[in-house]
Amino acid sequence: MNKTVNQKAWFLVLPVLLLVAFNALIPLMTVVNYSVQETFGDNNFFWAGVLWFEEVLRSERFHSSLGRQLFFTFSILLIEIPLGVAIALAMPRKGVWVSVCLVLMAMPLLIPWNVVGAMWNIFALPEIGLLGNTLNALGIDYNFTRQPVAAWVTLIAMDVWHWTSLVVLLAYAGLVSIPDAYYQAAKIDGASSWAIFRFIQLPKMKRVLTIAILLRFMDSFNIYTEPFVLTGGGPGNSTTLLSIDLVKIALGQFDLGPAAAMSLIYFLIILLLSWIFYTLMMRNEDQ
Amino acid sequence: MALELKQVSKSVAGETHIFPTDMVLEAGEFNILLGTTLSGKTSLMQLMAGLDRPTSGQVWFNGQDVTEMPVQKRNVSMVYQQFINYPNMTVFENIASPLRVAKLPDKETRSRVGEIAEILRISSMLERRPSELSGGQQQRVAMARALVKDSSLILFDEPLANLDFKLREELRDELPRLFAERDCVVVYATTEPSEALLFGGKCAAMFEGAVAQFGPTAELYRKPLNLTSAQVFSEPPLNVAKVVKSGDIFRLSDTASWPVDASYQTMADGEYTIGVRPHHVYPMQKEKQLVPIDGKVQVAELSGSESMIHFTAFEDDSWVSLSHGVHAFDGGEVTTFYVDVANCFYFGADGRLISAGM
Repeated sequence: MNKTVNQKAWFLVLPVLLLVAFNALIPLMTVVNYSVQETFGDNNFFWAGVLWFEEVLRSERFHSSLGRQLFFTFSILLIEIPLGVAIALAMPRKGVWVSVCLVLMAMPLLIPWNVVGAMWNIFALPEIGLLGNTLNALGIDYNFTRQPVAAWVTLIAMDVWHWTSLVVLLAYAGLVSIPDAYYQAAKIDGASSWAIFRFIQLPKMKRVLTIAILLRFMDSFNIYTEPFVLTGGGPGNSTTLLSIDLVKIALGQFDLGPAAAMSLIYFLIILLLSWIFYTLMMRNEDQ
Repeated sequence: MALELKQVSKSVAGETHIFPTDMVLEAGEFNILLGTTLSGKTSLMQLMAGLDRPTSGQVWFNGQDVTEMPVQKRNVSMVYQQFINYPNMTVFENIASPLRVAKLPDKETRSRVGEIAEILRISSMLERRPSELSGGQQQRVAMARALVKDSSLILFDEPLANLDFKLREELRDELPRLFAERDCVVVYATTEPSEALLFGGKCAAMFEGAVAQFGPTAELYRKPLNLTSAQVFSEPPLNVAKVVKSGDIFRLSDTASWPVDASYQTMADGEYTIGVRPHHVYPMQKEKQLVPIDGKVQVAELSGSESMIHFTAFEDDSWVSLSHGVHAFDGGEVTTFYVDVANCFYFGADGRLISAGM
């Protein structure tokens, strides 16, 4: 059979091409453009080569916000993934409570991010917030606007509250897709509930958990709104994550060159780490 | 060895899944549960296995009441319609898993797994994972796991339903061979009458949670006790119609009637139900004495060597004719079909078989 050559098909992909171009490619290229130039305003640009990249990579400030970012991301992954799986395992599989649980679980995901930040900010205020006031009344000295540790605990608690639901929903979807026959077969074999988890539920959830880890990793590495509203990066710089730092440089100081170089490095780090995560988890699958 | 059900029933939330059932299943031959989906085959098997407790009645095994004994202690194996294996264990570890639970020495485990893998022709794949195998191979691994532990009761719940035609034939041939030398009770659920006939043994025709008839498979086919049993054991479905006997004549409709044979003379006058298997309804006249009926063709399915013609006859009854050769008809066409009345079943008003023809 002869292949039909029809160039009109290009028109069908054109909308997508345009969308991707305006959405991603053109902004990205603008950033690349800024990252290799120096400007003193008046729309005068001078070639700077890799100067900004060297500067960013050597800067103490970048290292410490990257460190805080990594600490934040791995902390919330270590809490949210096991917690999400545990909650999914505890949820009912049948009956009227299923929808009740699912709706309750989906609630935090429906709240706009800046609202989450504002909610937790008020909730944790030491004088008037329910959480802050209660903790202080119990004799715990807690003030997230002044103590770095308290700020971190609040920040992580907020993210866990906001995003564990996503892991729960994904893990739950993986769990309910396991046919009843697997549990029966395990029962016939006399398998313990740990063995059922280890050899049936966990392997069957592996794909959705891979997706959950990837999504949570990328989202938490990009996080801006919630910590910005909650702590604004403070006290001091103690909760200044990469994105908050980036916005400070780009919009606070208007250092376009270093900010552009930093966003590219930021972007490449996320891309690289996601790729490493994905390959590691998929290689496990193949073994 | 024998598994005995004594007035076993099961109801869930006021709904009866299994009506009180008595059955004795013996070792040495296949015990087949035949019935459509939702006829209660799986529910009954779960009661036999001990995965489910009966609402009333008792389950006895080898003269011992095991009704309250949990499945782990009963030495049962089960193979499901889905291919159930532990996804992240190798084929070897999958087959060995029941032996590991039983804490068998490593050496014996190794030899038993090797032996069973040899029989099921999966020895070359012991180091692979189930996801790397084809459907047929995965199901063989599941069977090997069920067979490796010398169970006294093995349950097959439509194990071949998800396999393609060719593999199904292959495993069908292998199965009886596997049990030839084993002393265990084998129960096999299927929706296909042809599969039941192939395995022989004993068969229970199940309909809506009740066993319509239990006995030797061939007898079920030739002499169904009642209309339900005959309908369960017919694929394509049994053709059914009302017939009136008055004196020397059976009258099916205004145009279709035939003389009452000498052997039916004892039947009282009145209304009966006849059941005709589809291969006893022909789209053309044969040498034998056949009764012509008019039918409006709905659809004709031709498969090369056979023609299956669905038609409506006697008001709105759906009938099927299955015959050799290619007989093409258009939908809506009205034509004459020929019924071999000498080979039909006669059922009384209560559905019990009165005569199974000649």
